[in-house]
Amino acid sequence: MTVIETDVQDGRPRPQRGAKVLDAEKVVMRFGGLVAVNNVDFDVHEGEIVGLIGPNGAGKTTFFNCLTGMYKPTSGTVRFYGEVLPPKPRAVVKAGMARTFQNIRLFGNMTALENVMVGRYCRTTSGAITSVLHGPKYRREEAESRARAAELLDFVGLGKSAELLARNMPYGDQRRLEIARALATDPKLILLDEPTAGMNPQETQQAMDLIFKIRDMGLAVVVIEHDMRFIFQLCDRVLCLVRGEALIWGTPGEVQSDPRVIEAYIGGSELEDDEDDA
Amino acid sequence: MNFVIPTIPDATRAQHASKGWPLALAGSVLLLVSGLLSWSYDPSILGDISIAFWPATFQLFAMILGVIGIVLALMHQGPLSKLGNWFDAALGLRALGTASLLVILFGLFAISYQAGGLININPGGWVALLGAILLLVGGRFVPQRTLHSFAKAKANSTLEIVVIVVLMALVLFGLAYVLGQDDPWVFVGFLIMAGGAAMALARAGFFTWLSHISQRHRHVLTLAAFAVAFLFPFTQDGSDANMSIATQVLIFAATAIGLNIVVGLAGLLDLGYIAFLGSGAYVAAMMSNAASATIGWKPPFVVVMLIGACVAATLGLIIGSPTLRVSGDYLAIVTLAFGEIFRLSMFNLDGNNGPDLTNGPNGIPGIPDLNLFGFDFGKPHEIAGFTLGRFSNYYFVLLLLIGFIILVFTRLNNSRIGRGWVAIREDERAAEAMGVNTFALKLLGFAVGAFLAGLAGTIKAHQDTASSPDQYIFLESAFLLSAVVLGGMGTVAGVLVGATILKLLPEKLRFFSEYRLLLFGLLLVVMMRVRPEGLIASKRRQLEFHEDDEALASEIQQDHLVEKAAEAAR
Repeated sequence: MTVIETDVQDGRPRPQRGAKVLDAEKVVMRFGGLVAVNNVDFDVHEGEIVGLIGPNGAGKTTFFNCLTGMYKPTSGTVRFYGEVLPPKPRAVVKAGMARTFQNIRLFGNMTALENVMVGRYCRTTSGAITSVLHGPKYRREEAESRARAAELLDFVGLGKSAELLARNMPYGDQRRLEIARALATDPKLILLDEPTAGMNPQETQQAMDLIFKIRDMGLAVVVIEHDMRFIFQLCDRVLCLVRGEALIWGTPGEVQSDPRVIEAYIGGSELEDDEDDA
Repeated sequence: MNFVIPTIPDATRAQHASKGWPLALAGSVLLLVSGLLSWSYDPSILGDISIAFWPATFQLFAMILGVIGIVLALMHQGPLSKLGNWFDAALGLRALGTASLLVILFGLFAISYQAGGLININPGGWVALLGAILLLVGGRFVPQRTLHSFAKAKANSTLEIVVIVVLMALVLFGLAYVLGQDDPWVFVGFLIMAGGAAMALARAGFFTWLSHISQRHRHVLTLAAFAVAFLFPFTQDGSDANMSIATQVLIFAATAIGLNIVVGLAGLLDLGYIAFLGSGAYVAAMMSNAASATIGWKPPFVVVMLIGACVAATLGLIIGSPTLRVSGDYLAIVTLAFGEIFRLSMFNLDGNNGPDLTNGPNGIPGIPDLNLFGFDFGKPHEIAGFTLGRFSNYYFVLLLLIGFIILVFTRLNNSRIGRGWVAIREDERAAEAMGVNTFALKLLGFAVGAFLAGLAGTIKAHQDTASSPDQYIFLESAFLLSAVVLGGMGTVAGVLVGATILKLLPEKLRFFSEYRLLLFGLLLVVMMRVRPEGLIASKRRQLEFHEDDEALASEIQQDHLVEKAAEAAR
């Protein structure tokens, strides 16, 4: 497949595309008789932002869950740096794949800082005994986690809100906090499920800047979104899913000009009522 | 929470505002004075309240309430009115009025019930009643003032430490006093008085302030609390009667704090927790020098403690690993069954069915007292002129144990593991997706709780001098859980309070023992209705129980920011 690349995107230089991070081959996900994802190929490289679009019920989130180990695909393989990961969310996170949720799932009664520190959990190992004795390992890891969490909060622009309870934060900040929490797991690939849902244009612009910043760190990014303008400005490549099948897989320009995409969104919406976005 | 008397409309209150304060002050003074008068003709009841100028029991209670009332009134208007900018004297007076009336009515009822009729009440009693009524009515008309937030309060640090120390001393005196009372009427009267006074102070914002200063001087508070606990046996004058109750309270509290790690921190409902205490106790019994001990190996007690704890933890792992994968309700059922399996196994391992380990229903009696480093726990010892009996010896060891359990509790709570537990309680799926090993963490909580209960059990066996199956029935697990729920999930102070209440009340109210369970049931129902997070709840737990309460969330947020600012300033 040919990918037409320009050197500049949204006013910033496009980094060199790196190694292949994620490679999904012929992924099928069946729930009983329903084929939610059918034979989809997909890949992401380091320093690349890939978009996933499709009308409601197209199977985007299901596909997402297959990639992140929440579901085990019925058939097909998902390789992360060439390795097939066990279908356990924890192993997937540990390998370097982190995600955010479509409906925000923060730990509401923890502070912003604590939320991000939970993300550090899988990168720290101090156990019960050293925690009780306040051993050197515990102190070092605790200080490190705290520092890294504070750094990440600054990175997403929440440095001043570190001690706010997550449930007391404004909506836009909660979205950014979720991204900070995901980044705290030191991912190579971050998957964002509708990161701008419910945001106003200004917040959307901020989110876009943030995602570019993440990409510029060399991470691979996958974004599910409904906001077409956002996706086409942001992504290097876009996969359009319709009724569980890959309709088109190409550059924003190619996808944008494909009449089938427009038809899927405007004409072929009979699935919308039958099935919620799983 | 004024259930007794409806509040007065604001308009009426404003109209009569000026009359409230003198009434309340007069009522408080009358209460104070009444304590110096004779209350009854009969010197033989209620610890002799027939003598003027020699206050005892209810006279003392009236005086304490009077002093609090005077201080609150003078905060509203008068020499202490600067303090009134911080504390809500009006709300305090209203609660105090209700409490005073309850205490005095109860006292007068006790006099007439015991001595035979109202005729036995001397003028002192009537003066107190008048005072309580005046305080009640007056308090209701005292208008509220606008208050400053404690967040801005800057008091002298020495003063704050003095307040903590004085408060702890008061707790010590109160405990020694209440344990010394054998008369159930006086005991209940004291409880009403103490509860009412605490309620009044809470309404005035005293405890909010206290929690702020104890945040700032956490080490002082911990130290003072342990000093009080340490000094307690010295107030008992060598008597073992109260120390026996005190050691039971400590074992119960130690076990309950362990259970709070499982329930309050890890969020797992364990209905068979007493089995872990029992396995520790049985290990110690079987390895002791008792005549019927079944294991020949007699290692030093420290080793026995570790073995007992490890056996309990292993049992915890065995029972936890298959069940922790399922959700809360199933775990509760399985642990409930496990508790019964443990008891029945101990009942049946008597040589007839399987190996002879536990002597079956007879248990293992005659466990000798501990002897650590030449210190015989069975004999009284003399320290600085005070005689400390057998139970005092165990009391000190249990104090050390409880200190260790509290250390484990707080440190785990504030660690990476504690954060993991909170994350699991909040949203298990999200926690897993963030890389938290939910299963291992839950299992860890379960095992740590079992380990600590096992430790407590080994000491319990020696203190009880016997170990038998009927000590470890389901009811005990239920009481432990009640202590946690009543006191407060996720806090140490709450469980200490809950355990003390649940252990002390039945001991002191033996005449009430038939209705004990009924009373506990009622208590729990009322708690669930009024304050589901427990008496002293952790802030996070409070939020979890009041998910929709935005005002509470922002209040706790404010407190948290103040603490952080204070920490940063240090």
